[in-house]
Amino acid sequence: MSKTYINTNDQFHFSFSTKAEKTIENILSKYPPQRKISAVMPLLDLAQREAGGWLPISALEAVADKVGLAYMRVLEIASFYTMYNLSPVGKWHLQICGTTPCWLKGSDDILNAIFDTLQIKPNETSKTGDFTLTPVECLGACVNAPILQVNDDFYEDLDYESTKKLLESLLKNKPLKFGSSIGRKSEPETGTTVLLKVKGKKNAG
Amino acid sequence: MLDDKDRIFTNIYGWKGTDVKSAQARGDWHGTKEILKLGHDKIIEIIKESGLRGRGGAGFPSGLKWSFMPKEIKDRPHYLVVNADESEPGTCKDRDIIRHEPHKLIEGCLLAGYAMRSHCAYIYIRGEFYNEALVLQKAIDEAYENNLIGKNASGSGWSFDVFLHRGAGAYICGEETALLESLEGKKGQPRLKPPFPAGVGLYGCPTTVNNVETIAVAPTILKRGAKWFSGLGRENNTGSKLFCISGHVNQPCNVEEEMGIPLRELIEKHAGGVVGGWSNLLAVIPGGSSTPLLTKNVCDTILMDFDSLKNAGTGLGTAGVIVMDKSTDVIKAITKLSHFYKHESCGQCTPCREGTGWMWRMMERLVLGDAELEEIDVLLQVTKQVEGHTICALGDAAAWPIQGLIKNFRPLIEERINNYKNNLSIKTKVAE
Repeated sequence: MSKTYINTNDQFHFSFSTKAEKTIENILSKYPPQRKISAVMPLLDLAQREAGGWLPISALEAVADKVGLAYMRVLEIASFYTMYNLSPVGKWHLQICGTTPCWLKGSDDILNAIFDTLQIKPNETSKTGDFTLTPVECLGACVNAPILQVNDDFYEDLDYESTKKLLESLLKNKPLKFGSSIGRKSEPETGTTVLLKVKGKKNAG
Repeated sequence: MLDDKDRIFTNIYGWKGTDVKSAQARGDWHGTKEILKLGHDKIIEIIKESGLRGRGGAGFPSGLKWSFMPKEIKDRPHYLVVNADESEPGTCKDRDIIRHEPHKLIEGCLLAGYAMRSHCAYIYIRGEFYNEALVLQKAIDEAYENNLIGKNASGSGWSFDVFLHRGAGAYICGEETALLESLEGKKGQPRLKPPFPAGVGLYGCPTTVNNVETIAVAPTILKRGAKWFSGLGRENNTGSKLFCISGHVNQPCNVEEEMGIPLRELIEKHAGGVVGGWSNLLAVIPGGSSTPLLTKNVCDTILMDFDSLKNAGTGLGTAGVIVMDKSTDVIKAITKLSHFYKHESCGQCTPCREGTGWMWRMMERLVLGDAELEEIDVLLQVTKQVEGHTICALGDAAAWPIQGLIKNFRPLIEERINNYKNNLSIKTKVAE
């Protein structure tokens, strides 16, 4: 099972913004009226976005009040799923995949690039507090391995150099466009072997 | 090799748009009303005839699964739930369907939902696929705007809603009953079966859970006919399939191919061959991390379909092919998978909760060789005690890769243990 670090400091006061209320209504409308607790996951996600990337205890309580669950049950759910951060993370939450397909393609190089640029190891936050590095399991983009997830975005087909470039862009607060660093989707890098007619002109050469 | 005209996913690489107009130009939402007019049972019959087997790993016949749903709606509504919680290491096919062919999935939801007399579909997408979820939500909104779904969906008189639900990073929610628990707002811990979801599923109502790919291929099968689909592939293993080829190949990629394609052809034709040539191949995990690995001599001739791989003691699973060349430390590669299962165990059943951690720690020692020769058999015995003694298949999935490793690479493990011992005795002698 995965480990969870819970920040029990109660000095953070969280309440949903007025803008969020409309989104909450929208979320609740997806589920049958008597099944409001189904909305607990999307609401936790919303609360995490509003609270700056993590869930203080007061945010869990706010969600519990919205869906009518005991506080404890919401903590149970929030600590079960790995995407809910129960202690603060940096502005840039780096999540590195180290499962076999990424490891085969050199995810260790990505770790090295992160250490060389930011001097942080897995489960550490940089001194400035801007970067947190979390090792995660398979991110589900294995043909584009290795992958680094930064907040919501996947950066794919990385190597040592392109990771450094990416981190430098984050340091300048101007993140590169997400996706593959060699400009592809999931087709072979050198050109596709199938659907040649569909691709049309792009593949003429 | 599969002909381009027989490909279902013509936009799998995202060269064209994902909006409804572009999708319609590719044939999506074409003749949907006429298919719905065939009636609930006829649709199921066509899917049965096509021989489509579930694309999520288990390979259960889809038409048969749909037919388990009650034949009329009584006091409880019916639900279709689409499993888009793709997290099996080595697999990334559903992601491409969602971000490049979302309308195939939504149309499939309508057709499959109608066939099982459901008015509502939930698509449970893994939380990490944030940008993919945005694309899919946009496609759902567009489908509503164009009256393709919603009240009187596609002019059929059937009302049908599609809702998107994002997960939050739990591999176990790919197990169908854990997914339902999670959708109900609980921890994703699998339920005991029976009762099966077709009887008691989401909110206690009849439910069918299907993989994204299964649902997304259904419209094309219904449009082009069961004969066309069953004409592809081999008997009992019909149709085409998305393969994900990752690891030590020159051109890792996703590709749609006919079922039963030889593994070697798949790798050499589409993925640019193994790094350093075919002779440099060490092993292949053929169907996502849960399936036992194959050594090179088996890979030479094996066909990629459910039955052929089953006969070889492994499985097609999700068709996530992980290739390892001779530079790989295969013990470490499997240890990484053991860590994955340890991390993702939901903690409900003791053999899995304790066993996955135990197996991972044992594997970490085997990577170094810091063990006794007898411990290999102890490890094997523990995997047998985990396998089949848990509510869901995660325990089995954690056990199989290790069993495959010991079966195929026992001499390597023994060599490492002996080397470690020799080094140790040299060190002690020097110290003396």
